[in-house]
Amino acid sequence: MKILYPFVAVLGLILIAFLGVQVGLAPVFGIVFPYLALLVFIGGFINKVVGWGKSPVPFRIPTTCGQANSLPWIKQNQIDCPSTTAGVVARMFFEVVLFRSLFRNTQASVYDGPKLRYGSSKYLWLFALLFHYSFLVIVVRHMRLFTDPMPFFVPVLEFFDGILQIGAPTLYVADLILVGAVLFLFVRRVLLPAIRYISLPADYFPLFLILGIALTGILMRYYLRVDIIAIKQLTVGLATLSPTITGEIGSIFYIHLFLVCTLLVYFPFSKLMHMGGVFMSPTRNMANNNRMVRHINPWNDPSIKPHSYMAYEDEFREFMAEAGLPLEKELPAKEEAPVADEPTAEKE
Amino acid sequence: MMYDSGKIITGLVIFVIMITFPIWYNVGGAEQLPKVEKPVGKKECVQDTQFMRTSHMALLNNWRDEVVRSGERQYQVVEGVKYEKSLQNGCMNCHTSKAKFCDECHTYAAVKPYCWDCHVQPKEIN
Repeated sequence: MKILYPFVAVLGLILIAFLGVQVGLAPVFGIVFPYLALLVFIGGFINKVVGWGKSPVPFRIPTTCGQANSLPWIKQNQIDCPSTTAGVVARMFFEVVLFRSLFRNTQASVYDGPKLRYGSSKYLWLFALLFHYSFLVIVVRHMRLFTDPMPFFVPVLEFFDGILQIGAPTLYVADLILVGAVLFLFVRRVLLPAIRYISLPADYFPLFLILGIALTGILMRYYLRVDIIAIKQLTVGLATLSPTITGEIGSIFYIHLFLVCTLLVYFPFSKLMHMGGVFMSPTRNMANNNRMVRHINPWNDPSIKPHSYMAYEDEFREFMAEAGLPLEKELPAKEEAPVADEPTAEKE
Repeated sequence: MMYDSGKIITGLVIFVIMITFPIWYNVGGAEQLPKVEKPVGKKECVQDTQFMRTSHMALLNNWRDEVVRSGERQYQVVEGVKYEKSLQNGCMNCHTSKAKFCDECHTYAAVKPYCWDCHVQPKEIN
């Protein structure tokens, strides 16, 4: 069920777009939805990040993945346990660009003995890297449809992505890598029992959605084929805020576009927000300098003053003495004598 | 109240600028639709217009394979008109100018077909 529902949902989206265009709603799917989706995406993204920004971080909680700053003759791991801003920047850079924390991924396995073994597991890191970068290449490459004239990097990217010169239209390598990587990420969730156990519909839905986008795009480019000039008129029109639909555009284009719009709308409300979240996570973006800089909890009530032990003992000394607790400073002997004498005097 | 608002707002501004790239990049750009020069006095091609618009590259690719790999050079006959399976001796009999026909759309859509890696581009004579 956790797999079936998201799958049916994506099929439903495809059906909605297909039927919608059949009944003449092409302008809605081609013009209204893309604008709405972009607004929801940007608005939702900003809202989410601002919400995170408003959340106080009560403790300095960087994850320490290496030797912390210590005595001068102990070598610090400057990237995995940074104590300076420069170190944090380096750590974030490697995290965002190379997924360093995934590279450290380990796989626990039990073998004869029984013995527990932790082995290096780089598959997730490798395919996550392939997935994200091929997705980036594809998004940037799509700028050929949204800009006129095109920025210089688009033709360069086109050249390298189509360098195999297979078929016409030329096969893009990134298309193959993306589909392969998404399939790996899906199969990983299904085959590994531990991962399957923790996987939710919200994990499968984005995978199916992105796979749907990739497959409709591939279908559109290599098999069904569409009038690219008519499409570019629409997409450049969208970018220049004066969209018009001219010529015959196949429904496969609207299905592809509708899935992309769904992705944009879904993005800010889902796990996909790790795009912004990676920059906002305190376990990564804080320096491990607890012993150099005092971190003050923003929740602290300013009316509550610091209370030292000596002040505490001053306040409760008599009761502590009565209970026989050890004291830093004994009760003054002068006061004790009259207190002890008075009752006897009264009795006399 | 937002913590580290300076850094976060800077990040968000960069994000929005990147996302809206096509919107601000196109400002001031002369949007010119491709103007394809059509052959004079000819109305028919090997396939209908819509097919040629969407799939001419696949057609040419098939022709290339048939001619070069299988040696099938027979003419394509459509409605009594013979078309040679050839770019320079077929297509370019009617669509004489690469610059005014092929390149118009290819440049617009950032497509660089590798036809001309092997074929010699006919000289434009004015």
